Amino acid sequence: MTIAGGSLPRVTGRPLIAAGGEVAAVRSRRRRIVGLVIVLVVLVVLWEAAKWLGGDPWRIHASISGIAIDYEHVPPLKWRIADDLSVPHVWDIARAFVDPAQRGGPPLGAVLAGQALFTFMEALAGFVIGGALGLTLAVLFVHSRLAERALVPYVVASQTVPILAIAPLVVVALKADWLSVLAVAAYLTFFPVTIAALRGLRAVDPRAIELFRSYAATRRQILRQVRLPTSVPYLFSGFRVAAAASIIGAIIGEQTAGVASGLGSAILNYNQYYATAPERLWATVVVSAFVGFVFVGAINVAERVLTRGRYRPVEGML
Amino acid sequence: MTMDAAGASEGLASAAAGSAVVVEATDVGKVFGTGTAAVAALEGIDLKIRQGEFVSLIGPSGCGKSTLLRLIGDLIAPTSGTLRINDKTPMQARLDRDYGMVFQASVLMDWRTIAKNIELPLEIMGYPADERHRRAADLLRLVELEAFADRHPWELSGGMQQRVAIARALSFDPKLLLMDEPFGALDEMTRERMNAELLSIWQRTGTTIVFVTHSIPEAVFLSTRVVVMSARPGRISQVIDIDLPAARVVETRESGRYFELVTRVREALRQNEAGEDLDPVAAERIRAEGLA
Repeated sequence: MTIAGGSLPRVTGRPLIAAGGEVAAVRSRRRRIVGLVIVLVVLVVLWEAAKWLGGDPWRIHASISGIAIDYEHVPPLKWRIADDLSVPHVWDIARAFVDPAQRGGPPLGAVLAGQALFTFMEALAGFVIGGALGLTLAVLFVHSRLAERALVPYVVASQTVPILAIAPLVVVALKADWLSVLAVAAYLTFFPVTIAALRGLRAVDPRAIELFRSYAATRRQILRQVRLPTSVPYLFSGFRVAAAASIIGAIIGEQTAGVASGLGSAILNYNQYYATAPERLWATVVVSAFVGFVFVGAINVAERVLTRGRYRPVEGML
Repeated sequence: MTMDAAGASEGLASAAAGSAVVVEATDVGKVFGTGTAAVAALEGIDLKIRQGEFVSLIGPSGCGKSTLLRLIGDLIAPTSGTLRINDKTPMQARLDRDYGMVFQASVLMDWRTIAKNIELPLEIMGYPADERHRRAADLLRLVELEAFADRHPWELSGGMQQRVAIARALSFDPKLLLMDEPFGALDEMTRERMNAELLSIWQRTGTTIVFVTHSIPEAVFLSTRVVVMSARPGRISQVIDIDLPAARVVETRESGRYFELVTRVREALRQNEAGEDLDPVAAERIRAEGLA
């Protein structure tokens, strides 16, 4: 019997492609950061260009190492959308972070950082609860047509009602401040996870199910050994949407429940003083966006760590 | 168990004659759908397969050869007739883990290494870890993929993936190996090499194999018997004993007897076609429902 074993490629040690892949990964990460910075610079330039053309007049009157500077800029046009109230100067927003939030208090940046952390922890807790609920529902639906048919319409309906209408009901029902914040965050979180997990659990090759049938595998074994592993990439897509949604849920929850700390109260607070200090609300908006950015980024890192070498590599950031 | 005892000059079919019956189909029929939408996929199937045989099912698309394989493997149930596997119902045989299955696609788990893929059935069946590792190592040697034990499926070629699928099917020593066009997606060169490897595995393990294929040369080269089927309804039209020497090598494909047998199978298939044009809609329907 001749076996064509001799023609098989023999491989020893780590394959070359993997080493090349690491170099490519470092390069793509660097390129991504460069891209991010470029876009940020372009945005700032556009922002300030608009203000230069149609914003409020400004003047510099200072002396740097003995040289007196006195410059006044009067924009040629007048756009309401570019005035200092609608869009403060980038440097004013930047300075707002350093200036004290209250007379004699710590800088706004430090205050916002604390509030952001608070909100993030709430969002994270809501995300975990909502994620677990979402995954449980998906597993239930995959195994029970009846449950799916009975519950899916309500799951969908739950997400079409504006969260602003739901949140007060949750607050009345749960009373305890932080608990209702978690509930609202979880409420916004479970849906994308359910959708993504359901798609993932069903993405199994039907022949894989037949294979498991031939092993006389139990449903639980099929779930653990095929369905859940197959759903992982889908699940992380759902987690990314859910992570962003959980921040919104936490902020809305904080505002409705009247939680004194967190970005929700900061937004309400600086909104009230917008007429005199618009850059503070803008600073808060920047921080809120940053929290979401970090959360989604953390999900990406978690996915990369968990799936590296275990799944077919995929391209892109999301 | 090994077929070496069969002797080089003696036909393998006769060597198996005294062995235990593994598959016994008596007047088996399968109808998909009901009422006016009913399509008879198989009718009056009588087939006896003995231990150690290598039986190929060949026929035009829609002749029900895959359906027959799926009936044997208890992936679907017959509408009429009786089917016994190792003198048990197909379901009992499945619960007893009598079947190893290999499909046209390798259906490997991407997140598992090659070794872990081979261990998968053993994990499901609760084999202890050291036994799993030992068997996986043996099988990796059998399919000559030791160097790839810690790789993942997507890093392997199609032919290698299919070898892993075969190793996985053999891991728990099933009494019956059911193969549904396992080499259908491979190029001709790889296919011939895989044929040789499968034969060698079969001779070393002595497993009974039921093999579905479209390829006449493949069926003749591999089998002890070729079951020729006709379509609409799916029936067995002829069973051809392949009396080639047991040791089949590259030269076997060039022998006169080989060409005679290939011609016989081809003529048996052509006879079926005469006046029997398969309705493509019905064929598609059988395929779709067969997979559902």
